[in-house]
Amino acid sequence: MSHEPAPITSAPADDQDTVLRTDVLVLGGGPAGTSAALAAAAAGAGVVLADKGWCGTSGAAASSGVGVWYVEPDAVAREEAKASREGLGGFLADHDWMDGVLDETYSRVGWLAERGYPFPVKEGGRQARGSLQGPELMRRLRREVVRARAKILDHSPVLELLQDDDGMVTGATGVHRQTGRSWTVHAGAVVVATGGCAFLSGGLGCDVLTGDGHLAAAEVGAELSGMEFSNAYAIAPAHSSVTKTAFYGRASFRYADGTIIEGAGSARGRSVIARTLLEQPVYAVLDGWAPEHHAWLRRSQPNFFLAFDRAGIDPFVDAFEVTMRLEGTVRGTGGLRIVDAECATTVPGLYAAGDAATRELICGGFTGGGSHNSAWALSSGTWAGRGAARHAVADPATGRTGRPAGTVGLGPVASAGTGGPTAREVVQAVQDQVQPYDINLFRTGDGLAHARGVLDGLWSEVRGGLAPADGARGAVRIREAAAMVAHARWMYEAAARRTETRGMHKRQDFPEQDPAQRHRLVVGGLDTPWVRVSPLAGESPAAPRPESALGAAGGGTAAVAA
Amino acid sequence: MIELVSSSRCIGCDVCIRVCPKDVFDHGPGRIPVIARQEDCQTCFLCEAWCPADALFVAPQTTPAPAGSRYRDEEALAEDGLLGSYRRELGWGKGQAPGAGDDLSHVVIPLLH
Repeated sequence: MSHEPAPITSAPADDQDTVLRTDVLVLGGGPAGTSAALAAAAAGAGVVLADKGWCGTSGAAASSGVGVWYVEPDAVAREEAKASREGLGGFLADHDWMDGVLDETYSRVGWLAERGYPFPVKEGGRQARGSLQGPELMRRLRREVVRARAKILDHSPVLELLQDDDGMVTGATGVHRQTGRSWTVHAGAVVVATGGCAFLSGGLGCDVLTGDGHLAAAEVGAELSGMEFSNAYAIAPAHSSVTKTAFYGRASFRYADGTIIEGAGSARGRSVIARTLLEQPVYAVLDGWAPEHHAWLRRSQPNFFLAFDRAGIDPFVDAFEVTMRLEGTVRGTGGLRIVDAECATTVPGLYAAGDAATRELICGGFTGGGSHNSAWALSSGTWAGRGAARHAVADPATGRTGRPAGTVGLGPVASAGTGGPTAREVVQAVQDQVQPYDINLFRTGDGLAHARGVLDGLWSEVRGGLAPADGARGAVRIREAAAMVAHARWMYEAAARRTETRGMHKRQDFPEQDPAQRHRLVVGGLDTPWVRVSPLAGESPAAPRPESALGAAGGGTAAVAA
Repeated sequence: MIELVSSSRCIGCDVCIRVCPKDVFDHGPGRIPVIARQEDCQTCFLCEAWCPADALFVAPQTTPAPAGSRYRDEEALAEDGLLGSYRRELGWGKGQAPGAGDDLSHVVIPLLH
């Protein structure tokens, strides 16, 4: 691409508010957002990345250890990898997209190795590249973004997108919450990589993920897909945020008196744990691990043990109380619908990546762990960044200036004297509808109908204006509350329509998978959410073909030099 | 939740104010940051990981520690080796190699199947 990156220019503004003009604006700075920024910069675009928190610590990956769907380019291994979760996902995934993600992830992880990520070395001298430690990964990705001369705006939550009269997305605006000033970035294209929505449920690293990007995108007309697959819950010690579930694969789950809970388990037995939790506390002991394993586990996920060591618990011996925390669409697969191989949404100039985008294309209706999600973040981020750069260069930002397109939860507009509920009250009310296992995990038509009624009422409250809150931080809280109400309504709109059990969506009143419903559900709308059926054939977007040809790396994991 | 900013260890670098993804800290007197919005802390431990002076402590609980808790007692925490312990596990301390290089997930995860 011979395009000269548009210099990131500052326009004069009042009160030292930030006003910038660039080619590509990326919202969110986790693995997907940083991948998008790097791909856009590599394609010759000027890039601004705005993160709600701090690019490097923000997002679900930063505080975790995460598996990555890294599979050698071996035909048999790839077929096995694709087949492994197809049934769990309810046969809604797309083989071409899985191929694309496997190729791109192989290439991106190889690049991480080239850039010095310290992958452990296996016996025989080859690197083990199937696991990433979040703090290390994100520290390095931030450094790469800085090196690529993308401009990072930290602590800069987005409030709304900009859109022009042609319907083109032309940037976004938000606040810098530590100074209280506003920021506006005019851009040729915008990538939404703001993560999923976990409804402030306290899962590790997930409280920054409140669906802000989904709301902003829906306000300009974007659609969502797979929102019924939004009820992922993770096991955690009851006192703790540490929602890392893998090691519970060798745990026993017990009642208070120490007797075993039959059928309880971290994978298929999670429903049994949830059902028990509705009645009484549940305890776990990681007693299936042999003593020689203990040190290995510690080296693999040091953060997992913080919750125990610091509370004086030996998790291999002591029974500790557990809970299940909602991870919503962070580990669920629903998100913004993408319509082509560049991860474009239905709105011109708007792209989606990572957990903010639907992961149905590679997971269907289920993700059992982070590995697919991290692979998707690295891959879709790369594609979206490249696509956004191409779009921006073809239609430079310099020609377009849109207007703020947000319509809800923006500013204290409560009429004098009355005042709506506070953001905190709205958040609690949403949580009361999405966190309980007997509403969201064990779904029924009646339960969903009741919850939708409550959520419709909350939406009216949000529309009417919440109680004024102080400053930039208050403005963000109001907007977050609005985003969570919108998210919950899309989830349950789709969940009510899908009258069967498929993937993680479990209808107690329709416990079987219905072959006639092997399709995707697309939702959208704000005041009146709508849902429509999207057939698998005909509406699946064409899959990406990575620029890095499979096998170009010489095949197999590179041996580590010296 | 974040429970302690050690004024004796803190070097006033403001890294915690910058890196906290939940914007929990504010500037405080004498350049020592203050925990201004503890209720927003998501117990992700990353401020501790980034603090170059091992001056922060995040308790494992997602609710605030009661007054008089050992989680706020700097001497007791130091004695227990807890100040800076996560940073050491990550291999982010001075002169350490990143702990990611010791990740044994490729050995552990197959044991689950």
